[in-house]
Amino acid sequence: MASITLTDVVKKYGDGYPAVNGVSLDIKDGEFVILVGPSGCGKSTLLRMIVGLEDITSGELRIGDAVVNDKAPRDRHLAMVFQNYALYPHLTVFENIAFPLRLQKGKYTEEQIKDNVEFAADTLELREHLDRKPANLSGGQRQRVAMGRAIVRDAQAFLFDEPLSNLDAKLRGQMRTEIARMQRRLGTTTVYVTHDQTEAMTLGDRVAVLRKGELQQVASPRALYEQPVNLFVAGFIGSPPMNFVPGEVHGDTLRLPFADVPMSDALRERVNGRGLVIVGLRPEHVEDVRSLDESKVASGVTFEADVDVVEWLGSELYAYIPFDTHADVAQKLEELDRDLDGEGMRTQVVVALGSESRVRDGSHAELWFDPARLLVFDPESGENLTYDEEAAARVDAETEEDRRAAVERAQRDQKQSETAPRHRQAG
Amino acid sequence: MGAATALTGKQKVAWAAITVAVLVWALFPVISIMATSFKLPSDLNSGSFLPTTWTWSNYEQILGPDGSAQELFLSSLRNSIGISLIATAVSSVLATLAAYAIARLEFPGRKLILTTALGVSIFPVISIVTPLFNLWRSIGLYDTWAGLVIPYLSLTLPISIWTLTAFFRQIPWELEQAAQVDGATTWQAFRKAIIPLAAPGVFTTALIAFFIAWNDFVYGISLTSTEAARPVPAALAFFSGASQFEDPTGAISAAAVVVTIPVVVLVLLFQRQIVSGLTQGAVKG
Repeated sequence: MASITLTDVVKKYGDGYPAVNGVSLDIKDGEFVILVGPSGCGKSTLLRMIVGLEDITSGELRIGDAVVNDKAPRDRHLAMVFQNYALYPHLTVFENIAFPLRLQKGKYTEEQIKDNVEFAADTLELREHLDRKPANLSGGQRQRVAMGRAIVRDAQAFLFDEPLSNLDAKLRGQMRTEIARMQRRLGTTTVYVTHDQTEAMTLGDRVAVLRKGELQQVASPRALYEQPVNLFVAGFIGSPPMNFVPGEVHGDTLRLPFADVPMSDALRERVNGRGLVIVGLRPEHVEDVRSLDESKVASGVTFEADVDVVEWLGSELYAYIPFDTHADVAQKLEELDRDLDGEGMRTQVVVALGSESRVRDGSHAELWFDPARLLVFDPESGENLTYDEEAAARVDAETEEDRRAAVERAQRDQKQSETAPRHRQAG
Repeated sequence: MGAATALTGKQKVAWAAITVAVLVWALFPVISIMATSFKLPSDLNSGSFLPTTWTWSNYEQILGPDGSAQELFLSSLRNSIGISLIATAVSSVLATLAAYAIARLEFPGRKLILTTALGVSIFPVISIVTPLFNLWRSIGLYDTWAGLVIPYLSLTLPISIWTLTAFFRQIPWELEQAAQVDGATTWQAFRKAIIPLAAPGVFTTALIAFFIAWNDFVYGISLTSTEAARPVPAALAFFSGASQFEDPTGAISAAAVVVTIPVVVLVLLFQRQIVSGLTQGAVKG
């Protein structure tokens, strides 16, 4: 196990296009870091640079204390799970898992190989499939074999390249928790690439959001959600995505397309004389007035809106409210939508209400939100004007503490459950 | 028949009938020739399908130490085996390299190579053989092994390149990278992850190439004149009976049976390699 340090890492392809541009990232020993972003943001390229399948154009990559820029993949001692598993079809499951061990000639005896493979197989519940060929396995089983091949040797770190994207939704959920459990127990440094934000939010100790090859923000999932540094991160994290609406500053009030919001002194200071800002409001921060008690209603802003379409999901209800955007920010928002792989169909606000809400298609709803939860962005740079560095640092520290506790607990449980002594030798 | 649902009675009967029809259609000529090869010359026109008396005399004639056609047949057999093997080996090596490059590497002219290969195989053999005959005579390749190997390459290379390219394209090359990450050197990754997957394709293609060379008649008869290079299919035409009033049909049949045997043996031997399907399951399927 080791830390992985990237310093100003750049990847330029032959045509000069920078797929990864000046990424600096410090991954601590034992940490679970997620690289996330829309397609084409360079996250997979970055992972392949770490593992050594892509050259590093400039910058420095360290694993532990050693600079490994020019080392072959085999000398980096990393284990990787590929998106399509890349199992060896001519080998049995046993031989697939044993493959990395057999390549280290003379290091393991036949018996040790057998022990290690069976340990990995037990961890992943593959024991009864060891004699089968990959062709005869289900998607989930193949995925587990690919993971078995990664955990069987004592790799410096695990790298996952969208490992769950080929599984169906239910299996994906199961494997996600399985990966989390495994990582906690083994305590191995892990870098995980995904475009699925549920995976990013649930698995990662820290999440690195990438856009067009550039690192936008690295923070704990909660800090990303509560304190995004810019429009892109705010729009990428959260589902359904954050609503962005134009906000005109008129003295002490911020005029949104559907409501006027009084500005606090702190907010006015941060807006700093700008006449027009982009305001972000999370769908889940809006509520149906009829579901709230009066004291709460008074503490926030209420507004009326005509609901266009309603989606009832059982646990929640999404209501879509069209609005007319401001010409000056329309282009910025459209550009953002494209960056986020969106289609830029129409300008609308999504609100997530309780599923008991009586709001229906075409109804006139009375909605409420707390203005303190609004995020305000600069329309030019996209920078989050309400970003609170202290709060973000505090959330990160809390998450780090939780993680330590979780790792300790997982490893303690592991020791207790290991009744039979097995000889897993350290690398 | 890997039908997912059980066949009904009627369907079973229909399938059986079709199978029998195909078997008869495919095997009747073979059986007929085998029967003929065991007939005495006097028996040839008797009109019965099976020989009235079974005899090895035809085989003795082509293989036995005192056989009248023995020298002709054995030398042509040697030529056929030698020329076909050389043509197969050369075309397999060249086609493997070409297909690897076409499937794996990005370079200008990939399409051109494939179309050219196809273009070459479009020309009918018979239209090339006359100019080739003249050319070979003037440069001294007429009636030599090389003089047959080269035209055979023009037959075997296009199909080899095309089948191998198609085959190589579906090999999951990511395996090579996976092996490297697992700790293999570049060469180890190729040997342990790619060759086991590529081998069945190369085998199959080589086999097809061998059959093409083995079965050729037009080049064989036109570009040779003596035992120095004449292959079996051509040599059969030069068989003669014991006297000029006797048909060599029996001997020809025996020779035909003998040259069919290597083909059957090869197919049986490499059946497993031919039926590949080995790449299934490497990646999400």
